[in-house]
Amino acid sequence: MATQSKTTSIKTAGVKTADTQTTTIALRRPGQDTARNTIILGIGLLIALAAPFVLYPVFVMKVLCFALFACAFNLLIGFAGLLSFGHAAFFGGAAYITAHSAKVWGLGPEISILLGMGFSALLGLAFGSLAIRRQGIYFAMITLALSQMVFFMALQLKFTGGEDGIQAVPRGHLFGVIDLSNSLSMYYFVLAVFLIGFAVVWRAVHSPFGQVLKAIRENEPRAVSLGYRTERYKLLAFVLSASLAGLAGGTKALVFQLASLTDVTWQMSGEVVLMTLLGGMGTLLGPVVGAAIVVTLESYLAATSMPVPVVIGAIFVVCVLVFRRGIVGELQARFGRR
Amino acid sequence: MSVADIGQFMNFNSLPKTIAVGMPCAYISATKNADRQTTRTNREGKAAPMADDIILEARGLSKEFKGFIAVKEVNLQVRRGTIHALIGPNGAGKSTVFNLLTKFLTPTRGQILYKGRDITAMKPADVALLGMVRSFQISAVFPHLSVLENVRVALQRPRGTSFHFWKPEASLYDLHDRAEELIEAVNLTPWAGHTAAELPYGRKRALEIATTLALDPEVMLLDEPLAGMGHEDIEGTAALIKRVSADRTILMVEHNLSVVAHLSDTITVLRRGEILAEGAYDVVSRNPQVMEAYMGTGEVGHA
Ligand SMILES: Nc1ncnc2c1ncn2[C@@H]1O[C@H](COP(=O)(O)OP(=O)(O)O)[C@@H](O)[C@H]1O
Ligand SMILES: [Mg+2]
Repeated sequence: MATQSKTTSIKTAGVKTADTQTTTIALRRPGQDTARNTIILGIGLLIALAAPFVLYPVFVMKVLCFALFACAFNLLIGFAGLLSFGHAAFFGGAAYITAHSAKVWGLGPEISILLGMGFSALLGLAFGSLAIRRQGIYFAMITLALSQMVFFMALQLKFTGGEDGIQAVPRGHLFGVIDLSNSLSMYYFVLAVFLIGFAVVWRAVHSPFGQVLKAIRENEPRAVSLGYRTERYKLLAFVLSASLAGLAGGTKALVFQLASLTDVTWQMSGEVVLMTLLGGMGTLLGPVVGAAIVVTLESYLAATSMPVPVVIGAIFVVCVLVFRRGIVGELQARFGRR
Repeated sequence: MSVADIGQFMNFNSLPKTIAVGMPCAYISATKNADRQTTRTNREGKAAPMADDIILEARGLSKEFKGFIAVKEVNLQVRRGTIHALIGPNGAGKSTVFNLLTKFLTPTRGQILYKGRDITAMKPADVALLGMVRSFQISAVFPHLSVLENVRVALQRPRGTSFHFWKPEASLYDLHDRAEELIEAVNLTPWAGHTAAELPYGRKRALEIATTLALDPEVMLLDEPLAGMGHEDIEGTAALIKRVSADRTILMVEHNLSVVAHLSDTITVLRRGEILAEGAYDVVSRNPQVMEAYMGTGEVGHA
C-alpha cells in the first residue's frame, strides 16, 4: 500500500471497488440519439422540400429566414448562455448591405449575401468585444444600446433610404446561371442557405468548441479555473451567431426584395428572443419551431383586426408559464432525451 | 462538523486513536509506517533540499471588501510536494485566500509568487495554464454535461482544438479512456453516463476532483473537498488526495480535522483574516491561541 501510494498513476490503489459489469452498462457513449435525430431531420427535410407546392413559397421562405435567425440567436443564448437584445442589428444590418450590393453595385445574390454576412461578422466582433465582459442584464443592455445606434444610423444614412428602405432589390442569377426571380428556384436556394446555416450551428454545438461553450454556460468560474479564457470563447460564439443572423437577414432582403427599418428595430430583437424561448432554447429544432409558429400567427393575425403584438405577447406569456422549456424542450423532456 | 469532531480537535493527544477508528486501518498503518515517516523529517526541516523549494508564496496578502478586511497581511509559503492545509473558523478568510492565490479576486495589497514568478497581475485562466488549478467550496461541476463530458472538458484543453467549431465531437472520443480512468479513480464509474446534476452532493465533489486531476496540475487547491461527503467517501477521497499528492503540491481547506491531521505536512491556521499559527499538526494543535480560536467561535465550523 505504501509503495503503491507513491506511484503516479491514480488508477493503482484500492479504489477499484466498482464492478466491471456496471461499468460497461453505465458508460453511455454519445451518439445514441443519432437514429432518432436522423429520422426527425429526414421528415423535416421532406416537409421542407414539399412545402412550396402546398403553401405560398414566400411565406415558407420567410419562415426559413426567421428560423435561421432564431437558430443563430439560440447558438448564443442556448449554448453560451448569453442573452443578446441587439440581434436585429446583425439581421437588419446585413439586409441593408446585401440589398445595396445587389441593387447599386449589381453583384450576384451569393456575393451580396456573403457581403452582408461579413458585415454582420465585423459588427458582431465590435459589439461582442464591448459587451462580452459584462454579465446577464448588463450584457443585454449593452447589446440593446449598440443595436439602437445601428437603428439610428439606418435612419440617418443616405444609402439605407431612411423610412423607405432599399426597395426593388433584384434577386439576380445564382452563380450567374439560375434565375432567382423564379419563386421555386428562389425557394430551394433559401432552403439550401437555411440548411447550411443550420448545419453550421449543429456542428458548432457538437464540436470541441461547443463542449467548452456548454461548460461556460453551465459554470463559468469552473471553466476559468480549468484554464479556459472564457471571454474568447464567448466572443467567437458571438461572432458566429452574428454572422449567421446576417446570413438570414441578407437572404431575407433578397426574398422580399427589400431592406427596411423594420428589421433593425428593437422589436425585431425581441421577436427572435420570443421565437427561441417559445420553441425551446438550447434545443436545435426549438428555434425552427418557434419561428414557424410566430411567423404563421403573425400572418394570420395580420388578416384580422386583432392587435398582433398583444395576442403574440399573451400567447408568449401562456407558453412560458405552461412549457417552461419551450415546445421542443418540453417534448424532449417528456420523451426522455437528455 | 459534529460535536464529536470538536472533541477530536480538543483532545489532541488521543487523536491518532480517533483517526484509526475513522479511517481504514490498513491505510492508516501503511502510511504511518512509510509516508508519515518521510513527511515527518520534512516537517522538522531535516529533509532533502527539494522540500525547501517554495512553489507558491503569498507576501503581505490583504483583501478588503468595502472597508471590511477579509484577509490581512498573510504570508504563506507552500513547499513543493507537500500537502498544506489551511484551517480556521467560519469566515476566517480561507476561501478568500484561495480566490486571491488563483486570481479570482484581486488583492488589495500584497504579492503572489508561483514558482518564483510574480503572478499578482495575472488572469485566473492563465494561472490555471501555469499548472495551478483550484476547486471551489460550493461544488463546481457542469450540471447538464455527463460525468464523462465533465472530465473530458478538462482533458481536451491542452489539445488546443477548443476553438475548433468545425470539428466533430468524435474528435474527442479518444480522450474517453483517460476520462474513464479518472472517473474510476474517484469511484464514479457507475455514474459515468449520468449528467452531473443527477449526482448526490458528495459524488459531485468526487467528480470535481477527477476533473481537476484531468489537468494533471502541479499545484492543486482544494476548498473543502470532503464537505458533504458520507463516511465511506471521506475515507476513499482522503486516500485519493494522499495518492495524487505523490507528484504534486496540494493546498487544501478542510474542516475534517482528523483528515487534516492525517494528510497534512504543514497546517496554517487562519483567524479573522490573519495567520494565527503555522506548523506541523502536533505543534499547531497544542497552540493555546488556536484552541481558544476554536473555542471562541463555539464550533469548529461548517463552511
Ligand atoms: N465577495 C465578497 N464580498 C464581501 N465580503 C466577502 C466576500 N467574500 C468573502 N467575504 C467575507 O470575507 C470573510 C471571509 O470569507 P471566506 O473567505 O469565505 O471565509 P472562509 O472560507 O474561511 O469561511 C467573510 O466574513 C465573508 O463574509
Ligand atoms: Mg470557505
